Amino acid sequence: MSDTAQAQILTFIRGRYPQVEIDAAQDIFQLGFVNSLFAMELVMFVEKTFGVTIPNDELQLDHFRTADSMAALVGRLSPAPAGV
Amino acid sequence: MTVAAPVLLAPPGDQVRDRAAARAFVDTHITPHANGFERAGAVPEDLLDRIGAAGLWAPFLPVEDGGAGIDMVTLGELHEEVGRGCSSVRSLLTVHTMVSWTVRRWGTAAQRERWAGVLARGEALGAFCLSEPEAGSDAAGISTRAVPAGGGWVLDGVKKWITGGQRADVFLVFAKTDASIGAFLVPRDTPGVEVRPIPEILGTRASMLAEVSFRGVRLDGDALVGPSGFTAGMVLTGTLDLGRYSVACGSVGIIQACLDACADYTSRRRVGGELLRTMPLIQAKVSDMVTDVRAARMLCAEAGRLKDAGEASTLMATWVAKYFASTAAARHASEAVQIHGANGCGDDYPVARLYRDAKVMEIIEGSNEVQRMTIAGEAYREMTR
Ligand SMILES: Cc1cc2nc3c(=O)[nH]c(=O)nc-3n(C[C@H](O)[C@H](O)[C@H](O)COP(=O)(O)OP(=O)(O)OC[C@H]3O[C@@H](n4cnc5c(N)ncnc54)[C@H](O)[C@@H]3O)c2cc1C
Repeated sequence: MSDTAQAQILTFIRGRYPQVEIDAAQDIFQLGFVNSLFAMELVMFVEKTFGVTIPNDELQLDHFRTADSMAALVGRLSPAPAGV
Repeated sequence: MTVAAPVLLAPPGDQVRDRAAARAFVDTHITPHANGFERAGAVPEDLLDRIGAAGLWAPFLPVEDGGAGIDMVTLGELHEEVGRGCSSVRSLLTVHTMVSWTVRRWGTAAQRERWAGVLARGEALGAFCLSEPEAGSDAAGISTRAVPAGGGWVLDGVKKWITGGQRADVFLVFAKTDASIGAFLVPRDTPGVEVRPIPEILGTRASMLAEVSFRGVRLDGDALVGPSGFTAGMVLTGTLDLGRYSVACGSVGIIQACLDACADYTSRRRVGGELLRTMPLIQAKVSDMVTDVRAARMLCAEAGRLKDAGEASTLMATWVAKYFASTAAARHASEAVQIHGANGCGDDYPVARLYRDAKVMEIIEGSNEVQRMTIAGEAYREMTR
């Protein structure tokens, strides 16, 4: 399940920043392009795509560092398996 | 009379939930008095109460928070109609909307319990405090600071150009924290808060602007709204996005008001024995107003639809809508004054006010220049996709 979530998140990030090479384990904050506009887009994308609401206490840097960690967040928040 | 505006069939009720009701409300309680509000430099209390009774302060809040759960497209239509009547009133709605949305989107259960209902009913009015004497476009350059102290915070700094600041009951204040920029809810009566009216301003002259100082203001831990880490910037991004949407819709209202005023004036005013409306140069100006008001309205509706769908692309759609609508409003308000001649410079018609207000729309919620930089940045990013 989170394979699918992870792939969708990666596709979204690559769509926004086609010039960067990125894989699921890569720390996107180290790439230096994350600003608050992108952070907002990312959260909206995750909420819309996976039908979840991210509560404040989950809005932590570590949960958004990599496509893997975002997929794990989606897994925790989804009532039913996401992306099946 | 409204020209080129959507045709409405629904009868107005007490509660303002749709464009038809908003139009009736505005035509009764706002438009006829808007020049007077400007002269007085204030929106009267009885109108603020009426807006509350009509449920117009924050109708997008869910029913459980005291709102009516209306969608963003409809909210935009309400703000357009209010903006058609008076941009000062619409500005008060805009900042109140920004505060109410922030409480709803990012507030804890306790914060919502405390604020959502009173904001929905307009028993507490909200104001949005980001700009400072030395920082406007560059939000990262603010110097107001919130320092953790004893489980809470101490807030120090000065905010300027605060719409509704003279009247607001609660300020949503953006301040630097160690981690990022945080958003804090500060009741007006907190010790250390001082409000100084700014009486002289080019446009939105009834919007009760103020400079608000925070000196050693002690806040509880739960004054912080939303996360305090890297994602705190998102509170600001989301809040500004909604403010920008409201200003875009309000700008559509300004264009509509220019069009209505000009259609009416040119149908009565004769020059050299001929009605102005028969003259090709006048018709050219009016046709451009008709075209732009429809285009701007569609851009706003598109941004609203994307908000309702939860699409991230609403952020850019809102930038584009605001850029188009605000620049068109400034252009057409200038032409509206021109069409009215000397009458356009006086107080017997609305167009001098519309002209002053329209200029402000090009500066607030992302100035023209900042909008163009953002829109161009996105265009280049898309090109490389
Ligand atoms: C009537 C009114 C109501 C307002 N209400 C509020 C409110 O409720 N809350 C609040 O927080 N603020 C409010 N503001 C402030 C408003 O948000 C700011 O005025 C706005 O953000 C612009 O900032 P500034 O005035 O400091 O201009 P500056 O940031 O100093 O910019 C000056 C000029 O330079 C331009 N510029 C900036 N960067 C560039 C660049 N890179 N290239 C080219 N040009 C550039 C700008 O577009 C602008 O034209 C209000 C202002 C007005 C006039």
